[in-house]
Amino acid sequence: MIEMQGVYKTYPNGVTALNGIDVMIEQGEFVYVVGPSGAGKSTFIKLIFREEKPSKGSINVNNKDLLTMKWKDVPYLRRDIGVVFQDFKLLPNFTVYENVAFALEVIEESPKAMRKRVMEVLDQVGLKNKARFIPDELSGGEQQRVAIARAIVNHPSLLIADEPTGNLDPDTSWEIMRILEEINASGTTIIMATHSKEIVNTIKKRVIAIEDGLIARDEHRGEYGYEI
Amino acid sequence: MKFRTLKRHFREGAKNILRNSWMTIASVGAVTTTLILVGAFLVLMFNLNHIADKLEEDVQIKALVDLTADDAEIEAVGEAINKIPEVSSVEFSTKEEELADLVKSMGEEGEVWELYEQDNPLNHAYIIKATDPLDTESIAKKIKKIDNIENVTFGQEAVQNLFKFNQLARNIGLALIIGLIFTAIFLISNTIKITIMARKREIGIMKLVGATNGFIRWPFFVEGMLLGVLGSIVPIAVIVTGYYYISENVSAFKQFNFVELLPFSPFAWQISLIILLIGASIGVWGSVMSVRKFLKV
Ligand SMILES: Nc1ncnc2c1ncn2[C@@H]1O[C@H](COP(=O)(O)OP(=O)(O)O)[C@@H](O)[C@H]1O
Ligand SMILES: [Mg+2]
Repeated sequence: MIEMQGVYKTYPNGVTALNGIDVMIEQGEFVYVVGPSGAGKSTFIKLIFREEKPSKGSINVNNKDLLTMKWKDVPYLRRDIGVVFQDFKLLPNFTVYENVAFALEVIEESPKAMRKRVMEVLDQVGLKNKARFIPDELSGGEQQRVAIARAIVNHPSLLIADEPTGNLDPDTSWEIMRILEEINASGTTIIMATHSKEIVNTIKKRVIAIEDGLIARDEHRGEYGYEI
Repeated sequence: MKFRTLKRHFREGAKNILRNSWMTIASVGAVTTTLILVGAFLVLMFNLNHIADKLEEDVQIKALVDLTADDAEIEAVGEAINKIPEVSSVEFSTKEEELADLVKSMGEEGEVWELYEQDNPLNHAYIIKATDPLDTESIAKKIKKIDNIENVTFGQEAVQNLFKFNQLARNIGLALIIGLIFTAIFLISNTIKITIMARKREIGIMKLVGATNGFIRWPFFVEGMLLGVLGSIVPIAVIVTGYYYISENVSAFKQFNFVELLPFSPFAWQISLIILLIGASIGVWGSVMSVRKFLKV
């Protein structure tokens, strides 16, 4: 479902973030992306939902060629990919409900189906009773759960998360991981960049280690492998 | 786009206006100022045009026929004038009619002229109108060359000056209005741009969940339109009230009775509609211009 071949990324300022990536990720996999800061993890993730375009190489996501994809088709690619970030990226003036519902308004879902589905995912992440809160009234862990709810409300085939537990304390992080595992169990592919040695070494999954823009290691049921 | 989505865009656009109340006040203020000026100019221009058209219509050439001419010769003069292509109408006025006109136009002083009724010293005349008032002078020259014409008169200087003044007023007015409108568009697009900078993050988030540019743009489009419409309320009130006052008073002054303004109704309503449309367009244009750049992210 995701295939990269000889992917290079050089930013306009001359920094080369990726130096020839070849990778294949199948539907339903759970993949950790690890590596030192500045290694190119975020860049790798941004290429998948077409936030950035590669300078060279080919990328296929859900059988779509991201190199030849036109600007106007990018929104449709993203409707099949949920994204979760370290800083949650919630709309501050919208309630929890509205934040999640937004992803369905975009695809012009009917109000009835929307209400049902939003309450369903809020229930799934344990926030049904906080639907009317705004993000500022929630803890970090709760905000991240809203972001996850929004990411999966569309039934995407792929969920990508860039350090989703980066701002959270350990207890909250485990809770987020439990939710992500559940989502993965229902068949959604998950790609997660992380710095958490505990998580990677406890919940064993495929590990792709990126160093200096190259894949240094790619192991099933791998270890975190770094000291920090 | 489904109707509920359109409703959603209007709701979001209206919410933005309430949410960014300071920006709303700033943009509405800018549009209001502009539209008051534009409205005043429009009223002035339409009325100048109207007055000029009236005066132009009144421009006529009077060709005096020689006192010695007999009936056949008078007839021939009329036919010759009729043959000039630029002439739209020719009317014969006997010297008796000419005297009656004169007496009437002089009012009380004219009564002395009634003495001449037995021994009328005036000429028979032809009253000529041009198809295009601008041709008045050249027609007058052609008529002068016809036999048995004693003299040709028309308000030479007045006519030429009127035409020049009119053209100048139109051009200056148009330039000013266009300038003002662009200033307002610039102001609106800047105020919206500031609110968008603050909302840049939000736009980024919307794109993450797969919102199309159109979907993101719509609420801004609505917001711009509402700002423009809100900004046209005060100008419409000012122009309608002001014009009512002016049109009531101008007709009350005898000295101004040659000035005939466009009637309050429907003119005031037409101007109101124009102001509303200009306001909405300024708003829409301003918002579309300011969002464009941010959508390329
Ligand atoms: N938008 C950008 N413009 C220029 N350079 C960037 C940009 N994003 C990332 N980089 C650079 O690319 C390299 C890889 O960054 P990133 O992919 O964010 O690494 P990681 O997520 O592993 O920390 C770094 O040197 C970073 O400074
Ligand atoms: Mg990163």
